[in-house]
Amino acid sequence: MTPNLHLWLIPVLALIGAAINGLFGKRFSRQTVVAVALLFSGAAFAFALWVASQFSSLTTPHIETLATWIRAGEFRADFAFYLDQLSLVMLLVVTGVGFLIHIYSVGYMWEEGGFYRFFAYLNLFMFFMLTLVLASNYLLMFIGWEGVGLASYLLIGFWFTKDSAAAAGKKAFIVNRIGDFGFLIALFLMIQHFGSLDFAQVARGASPALPGGEALLTTIGLLLMVGAAGKSAQIPLYVWLPDAMEGPTPVSALIHAATMVTAGVYMVSRSHVIFEHAPGAMMVVAIIGTLTALFAATIGMCQTDIKKVLAYSTVSQLGYMFIACGVGAFSAGIFHLMTHAFFKGLLFLAAGSVIHAVGGEQDMRKMGGLRTKIPWTFWTMTAGTFAIAGFPPLAGFFSKDAILFKAFTSTYGSWIYWAIGVFTAFLTSFYMFRQWFSTFFGEYRGDDRADFHGHGEHGHGGIHESPAVMLVPLVILALLSVCGGWIGSERFDKFLAPAFHASEFTPVVQHGAMGMGPDTVVPATPVLPTGRRDVEVSETLLTGISVAAALLGFLLAGQLYYRRRDLPGKIARALGGFYETVLHKYYVDKIYAAVFVKPLIEGSTKLLWHGIDRDVIDASIDNSADGAREVSDAVRHMQSGNIRSYAGWVAAGAALVILYMVWVGTR
Amino acid sequence: MLPQTADYMRLLPEIVLTVFGMIVMVMDAAAEGRGEGRSRGRSIGRIKDRRIEKILGAVALVGSLAAITATFVQAQYPGFAFWNMVQVDSFSVFFHFLVAAVTAVVILTSFEYMEVQQIRAGEYYALILFGAAGMSLMSSAVELVLVFIALEISSISTYVLAGFRRRAAISSESSVKYFLLGSFATAFFLYGVALMFGATGSTNIATIGDVLRSGQIPLLAYAGVALMFVGLGFKVAAAPFHIWTPDVYEGAPSPVVGFMSTAPKAAVFAVLLRIMFEAHAPGRIGLIWVVAALSMTIGNLGALVQDNIKRLLAYSSIAHAGYLLVAYAALPDNGIPAAMFYTASYAAMNVGAFAVVSHFGSAGERYVTLGDYSGLGRRSPLLAATLTIFLLSLIGIPITGGFFAKFYVFSAALQANLVGLVIVGVLNSAVGAYYYLRIIVVMYMREPQQEVPVARIPVGLGFALAISLVTTIYLGVLPGRVLEYASRTATAWMR
Repeated sequence: MTPNLHLWLIPVLALIGAAINGLFGKRFSRQTVVAVALLFSGAAFAFALWVASQFSSLTTPHIETLATWIRAGEFRADFAFYLDQLSLVMLLVVTGVGFLIHIYSVGYMWEEGGFYRFFAYLNLFMFFMLTLVLASNYLLMFIGWEGVGLASYLLIGFWFTKDSAAAAGKKAFIVNRIGDFGFLIALFLMIQHFGSLDFAQVARGASPALPGGEALLTTIGLLLMVGAAGKSAQIPLYVWLPDAMEGPTPVSALIHAATMVTAGVYMVSRSHVIFEHAPGAMMVVAIIGTLTALFAATIGMCQTDIKKVLAYSTVSQLGYMFIACGVGAFSAGIFHLMTHAFFKGLLFLAAGSVIHAVGGEQDMRKMGGLRTKIPWTFWTMTAGTFAIAGFPPLAGFFSKDAILFKAFTSTYGSWIYWAIGVFTAFLTSFYMFRQWFSTFFGEYRGDDRADFHGHGEHGHGGIHESPAVMLVPLVILALLSVCGGWIGSERFDKFLAPAFHASEFTPVVQHGAMGMGPDTVVPATPVLPTGRRDVEVSETLLTGISVAAALLGFLLAGQLYYRRRDLPGKIARALGGFYETVLHKYYVDKIYAAVFVKPLIEGSTKLLWHGIDRDVIDASIDNSADGAREVSDAVRHMQSGNIRSYAGWVAAGAALVILYMVWVGTR
Repeated sequence: MLPQTADYMRLLPEIVLTVFGMIVMVMDAAAEGRGEGRSRGRSIGRIKDRRIEKILGAVALVGSLAAITATFVQAQYPGFAFWNMVQVDSFSVFFHFLVAAVTAVVILTSFEYMEVQQIRAGEYYALILFGAAGMSLMSSAVELVLVFIALEISSISTYVLAGFRRRAAISSESSVKYFLLGSFATAFFLYGVALMFGATGSTNIATIGDVLRSGQIPLLAYAGVALMFVGLGFKVAAAPFHIWTPDVYEGAPSPVVGFMSTAPKAAVFAVLLRIMFEAHAPGRIGLIWVVAALSMTIGNLGALVQDNIKRLLAYSSIAHAGYLLVAYAALPDNGIPAAMFYTASYAAMNVGAFAVVSHFGSAGERYVTLGDYSGLGRRSPLLAATLTIFLLSLIGIPITGGFFAKFYVFSAALQANLVGLVIVGVLNSAVGAYYYLRIIVVMYMREPQQEVPVARIPVGLGFALAISLVTTIYLGVLPGRVLEYASRTATAWMR
């Protein structure tokens, strides 16, 4: 008998925080709001740590069933929580990074209006994200999935009086709905063919021996990938993420870098059994990841908004994670997910600190020379930049290297993925150092009285370092960005192995408080071993090449944005049309607007609204409603109030019933 | 053979209810005597009355809670009692619990109502308890003659209760109408029992079932089912025997309407389940098909143009009887649980809705038209929100019990291949949404026409509303447990 960990408490703690601040926060002082928000998110983190400390004594996967939720015929879905190595990593990342960003937000948001609302949403986000990673079936996961989408919508549009913010929130929501559509269809297919949405049962059911076999699994895999592409901002659904930078910076750090956008990677990894039986789907995942990584990195090179650079960099890094999933190296993908949460969270927070320092300015062309003015921010951001660029021995080096190595050597891999990956690593290094040099080195190019910009609240005097409450999370995340990779991908892989290659593990069902779930859990089926191709290649050589790529990026950026600041302009002019195209993000937004959005709006206005809704549906409803009213009047006239006529009605009804029954009887 | 202890245990809830009913009556009589003897001044007497009435209400409440407890005791003694006339199984326990719970909620609602309407409440509480005893008995009686007696106990109490607003002529009218038509209908039931006895030689439901399953079904049995159905159909307000409902509901005191539209109906539906499934009534599907479709249609269409909220809910209850009957046309193994679930969730939401109506009606039930509800959303947000949830549940919007109730009923019907009936049902739900939403629209989007006062919600009513609300939401979020319990009954019967 393994202990009952009461896993449900972790998300519920966050929910309580959200509820308290959301319902009563308006009357609280800022201090109380902060106390509530930090208490509950901190408690969730503490609980998660405790769970981690108990973890070694558990038989995994550890499942706690709280209550039966839906029963329809053979199908059932429970409120049940699932803990294995994979969800443990996610749990710690979400609560840990989440808690740090909560702390940071206290400083960052202190002077904003709607302070309580911000923290209520943030806690609400934590609740849904934790539900997502702890769910034991796809349906509960989907609740979290939709919930984080809602929280993301609310937070992107936090400054809802600003049109661009409101529009960005809407865009994020709608694009995500397209992905959710694919996800939902995948769920329906699972119900139809596996009769369950339970992770364990789906894993058991997913085998090529099924009717439909590989084709079915490929379909499900591709549909899941559609969902993942929406949430994790992959081609072709990445367009919402850069716009999402309209939200407050801590939100960008937490939701649009560290946690929510990685939900797609988590979901694909969680569904690894399906993908492993569907090589076609795997290939699509890998190709989408590779293309996204490259594509977003090129856009990132031309951006001048400090947050937009990071946004495209996030899209690109998520691409790496999907490459890992696509070549069957799920643990490498999760490893990168974790290190990325550290350094990208850090980079966003540091960028927030920069923005804070220069009074709301986000354009890097108006920065420069900030190194000495905001040293803490500078040094932490330096750690983040070197980490993401993949310099050893920082965190990003280990995880990116693991992915590139697997992309080359795995049975599903190919040298093309590797080559593009390395090239992207070079681009990454270039645009990150471009940012680093333009922000912190050279001369300060901004308005001397850096203020009166942005949302106004940040304008208070000259350039200044952020308060300690913002710096402490920065320092902690910087330490993690430096040391987070030292676990090593081999050891990480070994730790996650039971989650990804589980066959001999017998899960233990833990009944929750209401204790009414059935003991239906079974071990997952054995899956293909992640084998190696017979490629004679030295790991050292591959590592050397990727480090060289990073170094090259650093040198080039230094040359262009530190020593010869006149060069970039010339190069841009020389490239002409191509530069323009990249600067305008390949016109993807414009193309989408022309191809999808405009026809949709026009079509729905003219055809669906005027044509069908108003002239057909409304008209027929109006008419039938009039008809119904007439009948209704007739029914009312039955009601004479006269008791004899009532008795007559009853008698007549009785006569009809008797006649009918006798007729049936004599037939 | 003399009755054993277990026999009494199996009848414990009925015994408890009856005893408490008698205590209430005796206390009332004693208090009245004393009150008159001591003080001639009317005002003092009235104050005293008020206090005594509160005590009587409290005793009645304790009685209903004791009955709930007794239900759990009773559940420990499954089996037959009193020479096979009574059967305690999970089915009867379900309805015992339901009736007792509704009774408790109605009593909680009545505290305030009695005071505001200035009704002398002594025997009111006693009648509710006696009625509840009859209803409980109905659900465990497996002998048609005993069913008849239980039906009468329940009916006669409700006849009297309907006329309790003595100052209002409309209430007396309601009572008389209900009594005359009700007696008329009960006669049909009794005649049906007689014919059934003639056809099968027994009035025991299980025996009848055996006989009807075994061989040629005599024509007399068809006629017997028809007549019994007329009687029971009248009690649940199924069309075409619904005609009394709007008038009676309009005149009767609101808490009583909340009571008689749920508890006795649940009990009669229980009887109907036993007759239709356990007694294997012939000609079931066609008969139910027509009656269900008719009830849904007449109920919903009738409600469309109502301006009086009590009449509107009366038509709504006709429609809901129709939805519920759909389950009776389905196969037993999912029809029975669906019907049981429906009675429970309907009881929760309807008792709640009438609790709001009775609170809002004020003295003399003055404010019962739709216009009076305008602007309620602003004047009393809590009350309006509560009523909104009950109405949403009556429509069948998810996360309320009403949604799953309809869902299970319709899915049971679909599994029995009753596509036509389900289409009628779903279309009707769409029509129904209109008039429930109309109330919500009026509450939130219309300016108040006149100054309609809203009193503060007293404790008793608060509890009543909270219980109904929690139950409605619980059934809408976690329907699994109740449904699972109800399914057990079906399996037990179909063994």
